[in-house]
Amino acid sequence: MRRYTEFTLLCLGVITTGWLHAQQAVPQRAAAYADAPNIPFETVPNFLTLPEGLYLGEGIGVARNSKNHVFVYTRSGESSRLFEFNENGDFIREIGRYLYGFSQAHAVRVDSEDNIWVVDEGTDMVIKFNPEGRVVMLLGRRPEAVQGLYETPRRSDSWPPPAVPYRFGRPTDVAWDSEGNIFVADGYFNSRVVKYDKNGRFIKDIGEERGTQPDQFNTPHSIQVDAQGNVYVADRNNSRIQVYNNDLERIAIYDNIGRPWALCITGGEHPYLYTSNSNPDNNNSALTAVTGEIYKMELDGTVIGKFGEPGKQWGKFGTVHAIDCRDENELLVAEITTWRVQKLILNPEGTP
Amino acid sequence: MSRMPGAMPIGLENLSEVLMKRSFQCLLVVISILCMGSSWAQQVVPDIEFDAVDPLSFPDDVYLGEAVGVATNSDGHIFVYTRSRGVNASLGTNRVFLRSAAQLFEFDENGDYRREIGQGLYGFVFAHTVRVDSEDNIWVVDEGSNMVIKFNPQGQVLMTLGRKPEAIRVPTPHADYQPGSGVGVLGDNFNRPTDVAWDAEGNIFVADGYANSRVAKFDKYGKFIKSWGSRGTEAGQFNTLHSIATDVDGNVYVGDRGNRRIQVFDNEGNFKTQFTHIGAPWAICITPGPHQYLYSSNSNGTASMDNGEIYKMELDGTVLGKFGTAGKLIGEFGSVHEIDCRNENELYVGEITNWRVQKLTLRP
Repeated sequence: MRRYTEFTLLCLGVITTGWLHAQQAVPQRAAAYADAPNIPFETVPNFLTLPEGLYLGEGIGVARNSKNHVFVYTRSGESSRLFEFNENGDFIREIGRYLYGFSQAHAVRVDSEDNIWVVDEGTDMVIKFNPEGRVVMLLGRRPEAVQGLYETPRRSDSWPPPAVPYRFGRPTDVAWDSEGNIFVADGYFNSRVVKYDKNGRFIKDIGEERGTQPDQFNTPHSIQVDAQGNVYVADRNNSRIQVYNNDLERIAIYDNIGRPWALCITGGEHPYLYTSNSNPDNNNSALTAVTGEIYKMELDGTVIGKFGEPGKQWGKFGTVHAIDCRDENELLVAEITTWRVQKLILNPEGTP
Repeated sequence: MSRMPGAMPIGLENLSEVLMKRSFQCLLVVISILCMGSSWAQQVVPDIEFDAVDPLSFPDDVYLGEAVGVATNSDGHIFVYTRSRGVNASLGTNRVFLRSAAQLFEFDENGDYRREIGQGLYGFVFAHTVRVDSEDNIWVVDEGSNMVIKFNPQGQVLMTLGRKPEAIRVPTPHADYQPGSGVGVLGDNFNRPTDVAWDAEGNIFVADGYANSRVAKFDKYGKFIKSWGSRGTEAGQFNTLHSIATDVDGNVYVGDRGNRRIQVFDNEGNFKTQFTHIGAPWAICITPGPHQYLYSSNSNGTASMDNGEIYKMELDGTVLGKFGTAGKLIGEFGSVHEIDCRNENELYVGEITNWRVQKLTLRP
């Protein structure tokens, strides 16, 4: 009996020490941070102009179309709202006010034909608007009102249920290849990437269960496709980007850039990949101290440089949640905790 | 079985095992018969050619949500009862979403937006269907408020059936709904009703619904006459009666969706026949005119792209043809939820998952 007690005490001691150690573990910088050169940049304060009485909430999604009009999908008080601004940042209009598919904003992206795609993690829907702002295609379905109050379920052995082709579990982002195939990052509850054809028919998905193995995801939070049709998945909580070919067969993993919250691949002859190792949105000061920078990379994973740090002033970042990089050196970033969109001019003195 | 309280007597365990095996064999036979039946249907049912357009145009700030209800009046005006303008509430740290969604829109015969009827109405909670009667009154069935609401052609409320609960009982997600008593007793109400129809004398038939499993009959003044049905698979029983229509003789056709059949009753609710060869009847519609036809949609489920075809039938159940399949393009169907067939070859369909009304011109 006494031996048991000693053994138990020993075990408790080991566990407690481990626990304390875990609690006190000092967050580390991303591996690429130390050697990545700083890219100089300037910010354009108050780039967006809203009419009196209209406000942004959390700046969740931002994207530009071919005319450099800016679309912002934001979490506001009554619901989530989609605003359009012109190339100078002046407010033009609101799209889809009170739309059935708007609840908890997560992303907005604009495709090569200037269609506007919204991803809503509250209604579990991906909504495609044409450039005029009318709904032209839908993926996923909002849970029915008659199912009653919807409390965000906690993960457990029985939740989430297995993913099905035409339903999402808090999806996060959408991207397309040059043939119009649709790739959805799905999401907080599901842990997969889904490929549909351009007409919304299911083709395949990867990532059956949440996990840390290759081809598993832990919150795929952002997704992009390059000109060859390769798919880049920000596997945020695994602190890596997993890269796939068009058939969703894995070809690379980049795990030196911290937690990828937001990805963006530039157009043009030499495309680059931006990824944001955003500071957390929960005011964790220890993590904030070692995060917040955005990396510029070659598509093969080579880090070219970095810029930015957390903060509430203009020119600092308040949890970057989306990057628009239609212009390689003129980015727009949407921030959660500072409720804003910033316009950034990289290399203002000219390309080094 | 799992809901049965108490332990099963020991002797029954073997018996149940035997029964399980028997049922399994039985099931195999049934499945093969069903397969034969469906391949037969695929072989002999001719396809009906059709054209499809999205006929509706909107002001900039008006959008459809799920287009669950569509109906036309005698002027060709189009009424759409849609799950849109959802209410969202986010409470506390658990990010609770309160949701409701129902709006009624009127469009003219060209599909141009005319007006919204009943904005903010007390009975508009979660849309299910809209129907227009022979006098152009507009009837709305709301499965959230448990009400059937009759508007006159001007859009004023003329009559209500059922009552919205004073304090909304909030069902937990995915709860099993208990059937109500369903016989018009004191305090009896609809429980997620689905559809409404009338006979030539103006008697009202309500399909009720997801939680109850009955047809309720009222006279034209809204006075309760009788109701029939309970949950089950026997003749006269229902499993989600989802759509209802009457013919010129006053017979009542019920889309018994969960049982994948249309049941036909006489005007008093006596079972006459059933049609079991047309998939799951999500939406049924009977044409007016001297020769009446019955349309029935075997809609794709909202989480699938299977099925989706609409059948055209004689009232005796003879299938004349079929058209359409599930998909998102114009001419494809995203869970058809209601059919308007005022004109035999010019149908309107309201779709759940495509948030859209399509006008179909059939070329049989």
